[in-house]
Amino acid sequence: MTVARSVAAATATALSLVLAACGGSPNVRDTGPEPQLPDIRQHLVPTIKVARPTGWGDAVPTVPAGFHVVPFATDLRIPRQMLVLPNGDVLVAEGRGGNEPKLRPKDVIAGYIKGLGNTNVEGGDRLTLLRDANGDGRPEARTVFINGLDAPYGLALVGDNLYVAEQGALLRFPYSAGQTAIPRSSGVEVTKLPGEVNHHWTKSLTASADGQRLYVGIGSNSNVGERGMEIEGDRAMVWEIDPASGAHRTYATGIRNPTALAINPWTRGLWAVANERDEIGAQLVPDYLTSVQPGAFYGWPWSYWGKNVDPRPRPQNPAMVARAIAPDFALGTHVAALGLTFASGQGMGGQYHEGAFVGQHGSWNRPDFAGYKVSWVPFRSGHPAGAKQDFVTGFLVNGKARGRPVGVTFDGARTALYVADDLSNTIWRVSPAAQTSMR
Amino acid sequence: MPPSRAAPILVPIHAILLSFPIALFSSAAMADVTYLNTAEIQWTNFAQWAITGALVFGAPVVVLAIVDAIRRRKTGSARAAFTYLGLTAGMWVLGLIDAFKHSQDAWSSVEFGGLFLSLSCTILAIAAGWMTFSTIGSGDRA
Repeated sequence: MTVARSVAAATATALSLVLAACGGSPNVRDTGPEPQLPDIRQHLVPTIKVARPTGWGDAVPTVPAGFHVVPFATDLRIPRQMLVLPNGDVLVAEGRGGNEPKLRPKDVIAGYIKGLGNTNVEGGDRLTLLRDANGDGRPEARTVFINGLDAPYGLALVGDNLYVAEQGALLRFPYSAGQTAIPRSSGVEVTKLPGEVNHHWTKSLTASADGQRLYVGIGSNSNVGERGMEIEGDRAMVWEIDPASGAHRTYATGIRNPTALAINPWTRGLWAVANERDEIGAQLVPDYLTSVQPGAFYGWPWSYWGKNVDPRPRPQNPAMVARAIAPDFALGTHVAALGLTFASGQGMGGQYHEGAFVGQHGSWNRPDFAGYKVSWVPFRSGHPAGAKQDFVTGFLVNGKARGRPVGVTFDGARTALYVADDLSNTIWRVSPAAQTSMR
Repeated sequence: MPPSRAAPILVPIHAILLSFPIALFSSAAMADVTYLNTAEIQWTNFAQWAITGALVFGAPVVVLAIVDAIRRRKTGSARAAFTYLGLTAGMWVLGLIDAFKHSQDAWSSVEFGGLFLSLSCTILAIAAGWMTFSTIGSGDRA
């Protein structure tokens, strides 16, 4: 590269600093099975736009006609993922993890700015149980179910065993129907989970359809390898765990941050939502919803959406890029998908009977806001079929965030969708309007 | 007796402050070379902290250079004062761009552009130092 060209490049980057505020083209299709992938655009100053928090007041989120939404529980301590128990009780995992050291000046500055969009409440490090036995949307009992956890996130029930994925370990607790509290001391560590640094600390969890295996999603320790690849050895992957022995095998790799896992009710296969990399443009790279193929490699950090090479991780790895496969369905760039739940059978009724709900926490690396809502992805024959649609919105108002959706959990037996909101520390319950008016 | 160019205590402080960007920008440039040769991420981390330090200590140098240029704008040494201001201000602005360049991730934090900026800042810092330190002991500061 000549010096003249470098000067031109430096000038261009300086200009892009000025132009960064202008944003990119809104016409890029960044959702669906074949998203458009524009050229990489690296800005001198990363585009950072965080929605500052504001309260809900008496307002509630917006749901489609024929549905009704109520605050099911408030004043939680950073609710993330939920689990509906067979008797209808709702468990909520509360907490905030991560313990990454600040390695460079950027870590200090970016950490402060992103913190402006988060709650000030301290994480609960616990599970809360909410019991709404008469189904009126108002729990008549609320208890601390398990206390003294370390950033719990993923939850799964297999028979009488409740599994809790903390940020550094997978725990098992004996559960019997109707319990409202379990002592922390009754928990057994099934296996340690990769916990060093924990840049992406959330450990998502689900059980296989037959209950014989557990799957844990483990996020990367960096955006794209900028902390060195030595600490990425067991990151950005999904583990398959034998719950009896705690032994695990690597199920799939190259998934930057698999934030929620769920079993597809039609194919019985493992599916995930994942968050893709930042800082190569507002329209790159789409977060995605995908089936997780055993043994597959999904690109991170060497490439994105299949074999599109990312120039940043070095040394490059053409052999791995050649192996990379593209995910199934793009959810949009920087939407921060954190929740996944399938609706089958009657589903939520109407057009929402066969598909997936996806909770999206909302963007920071785009000049325009994206995410901050719960979407519906219609399925047919076990695969996405049709455009992503809004289902729960209203989290943004006048450029401020009233809430930020995380986990979503569909309760088919009682026809309700629970949405965890970790900014207003609320669980929202969405149900068909007719059902609620009968109460 | 000609008026003192600055309060006496500011002269050594100014010189000491300027020695930080000289040392830190050159350290950043060497760390950049090493990163490009090894892809070992800690070298770009070193460079980023060095650049940040150079900017912190370089900022009062630019302020002092501005004050000096204003005070001497109608004297015979105005040209030297403005040259010095140009060197230090150029060093600081390029250093800021360099800091942003280094805030990109992994290889993008350096590449040729980052090294080019670090080297440019080093040259400007040394040139400013040459102007300042070449008068030491010549007696014309009295």
